[in-house]
Amino acid sequence: MLNIDSVNKGLVIDHIQAGKAMQIYKYLNLDKMDCSVAIIKNAKSKKMGKKDIIKIEDKINLDLDVLGFIDPNITVNVIDNGEIIRKINLELPSAIENIVKCKNPRCITSIEQEIVNKFKLTDKEKKIYRCVYCDTAYEQN
Amino acid sequence: MLKGRSLIEPMDLSLEELDELLNLAGKIIENPAAYADVCKGKVLATLFYEPSTRTRLSFEAAMLRLGGSVMGFSSADSSSAAKGESVADTIRTIACYADIAAMRHPKEGAPMVAAMSTDMPVINGGDGGHQHPTQTLTDLLTIRTLKGRLDNFTIGLCGDLKFGRTVHSLIKALSRYENIKFVLISPEELRIPDYIREEILIKNKIEFKEVERLENVMDELDVLYMTRVQKERFFNEADYIRLKDSYILDAEKMENAKSDMIVLHPLPRVNEISTEIDSDPRAAYFKQAKYGMFVRMALIMELLGVEI
Ligand SMILES: [Zn+2]
Repeated sequence: MLNIDSVNKGLVIDHIQAGKAMQIYKYLNLDKMDCSVAIIKNAKSKKMGKKDIIKIEDKINLDLDVLGFIDPNITVNVIDNGEIIRKINLELPSAIENIVKCKNPRCITSIEQEIVNKFKLTDKEKKIYRCVYCDTAYEQN
Repeated sequence: MLKGRSLIEPMDLSLEELDELLNLAGKIIENPAAYADVCKGKVLATLFYEPSTRTRLSFEAAMLRLGGSVMGFSSADSSSAAKGESVADTIRTIACYADIAAMRHPKEGAPMVAAMSTDMPVINGGDGGHQHPTQTLTDLLTIRTLKGRLDNFTIGLCGDLKFGRTVHSLIKALSRYENIKFVLISPEELRIPDYIREEILIKNKIEFKEVERLENVMDELDVLYMTRVQKERFFNEADYIRLKDSYILDAEKMENAKSDMIVLHPLPRVNEISTEIDSDPRAAYFKQAKYGMFVRMALIMELLGVEI
């Protein structure tokens, strides 16, 4: 059983911008896994006012790179025996697939739905991702 | 060797690969007869989802002059795309019949999707306003053949520098060579995009200046690359009237140009180059079309991995 307050062994994804937890739940494909997951919405945060938190029991080998793309402020703690044993530093993934769609109306992906939406990190400092097909930069929000 | 690869954007080629390709094109120019049969038995498919007779014929002429055959379609309504087939499915089918394909498509990235869906080499023959690598190769071969080098010169790019993809590709391609100076001639509202200025020119410490009038810089140029300025692109009528003649190359402006300067234009031209210049030995735009065929011959040979 998953204890909402504490995870014995697993991951805590913290400092998620309030309201974004379900999106991240989906991006990490947690809906397709059988591990216990708790989603806490609108938790009080000194730093952020409100935040979301996701706690995952057991599952540690998740591909978390995508979080770095969605929101680099997110923190991930690895829990064992009820204690934080490690913090995972999120890095910007070099490529992202099927996370976001290209917004360029002239892009081939705008008329062919089955093409994998793929972006590559082209400028690490400025966090610029470009569509591999049309080179349009992805604008967040 | 480029065997088995695709060419989707000009920068897909390293400087060495580009050199090799242009060297081969140079050899073909010297002795075309020696290459008349090298692609015998090979088939080029020209998949043109929008009409571009000039580009399609250049590809087809290139293959025919290598002894190969051509097949294809020249508009979307005569193709399977009209029935809703995806680019990926079309290219997989075509790969059963052809050895290499040239694709033009109104949507950006379509040739990339094709190249990712097959082992057959795919050449981007223009995808919307995005890339047109064989035009860039044509421009490079023309300059290299007529000037004897791709470094140490001043090039003026004149006209619509904001929307002209050929201009952007050429700046990127030339920025890899030593000591190229750029003179960018356009109305204020049609200057090069910021990303070209910052990510290519400033970042690589390349010398450039932006000016409004062609007549003021004619004597500085070794190469002049003309493009068309459409009236609709100007913000206001007054600017258009004030500047329009600055972007038309005529005999009077040519008087101030160096005797060995060359004038390039991706064609078709409308009125931005006066026909009185056509007989000037410095006018290279019709030769440029011929070099376009030669560079496509070299490209097809390289991608197919055929040798003399
Ligand atoms: Zn795109």
